[in-house]
Amino acid sequence: MEPKTKVHAEEGKQDLLITRTFDLPLDLLFKAYIEPEIVAQWMGTKVVKLDVQPHGGYQFETSDDKGNVVFKANGTIHECTENKRIVRTFEMENAGFPVQLEFLEFESLDDNRSKLSMQIVYRSIADRDQMLKLPFEYGLNMAHNRIQELLATSK
Amino acid sequence: MNLRRDVFQAIADPTRRAILMLLAAQSMSAGAIAANFDTARPTVSKHLQILTECELLKQEQNGREIYYHLNPHKMKEIADFIEPFRQMWDERFNKLEAIMKNYQSKNK
Repeated sequence: MEPKTKVHAEEGKQDLLITRTFDLPLDLLFKAYIEPEIVAQWMGTKVVKLDVQPHGGYQFETSDDKGNVVFKANGTIHECTENKRIVRTFEMENAGFPVQLEFLEFESLDDNRSKLSMQIVYRSIADRDQMLKLPFEYGLNMAHNRIQELLATSK
Repeated sequence: MNLRRDVFQAIADPTRRAILMLLAAQSMSAGAIAANFDTARPTVSKHLQILTECELLKQEQNGREIYYHLNPHKMKEIADFIEPFRQMWDERFNKLEAIMKNYQSKNK
């Protein structure tokens, strides 16, 4: 079976393409990107600001259960064409990664299915590759921690 | 069978990622690798077999023992690193889909 979410990243390029088909009508998919309460739910973050229109912007803030802010991100909206396109920037605050440019294209496949194509442009090839490897390295670190725990308990 | 898909499946498993990480430092015998895990030896052997089959590991006979080492050429392929990134987005989009389906049935 074809995976619903696909990532296409060509070697030696500084952008990548994420595509996903949804069992949702186009207007509902688009709504999930512009309604602050809905974005908060699926992104799992507090939405401080979300104003999806040209010259608008957004701000996300995620806290741990003690109330410490552990993640902050923000961006500027460049274009918003209803049920069609959002162009925006994305930047994690204090994370050391440069801002990235995102082109989100929404299209209808039929009455109940829609597709999102998200092109992300990074500042350099190295920046893109580093972002791509983050979840892999996170998994590796988790495995590493587990090995260390095992070694510690087997002593 | 799709070989690339197999590589994705190979590194999706935490034990197999741990094996790759162990072998990043040095080549090791199957016994030495298994000693690092609290899983049964045949389970570790199965993981080694999967990693070898999709060419992430190479075997080398050294006396009586078979040593395993990383196949650096395969590990360098950026595709190998993409699967966890893809899974992260997939989970996020699954959540979006579930929330909007719920929203849809509530607002009918």
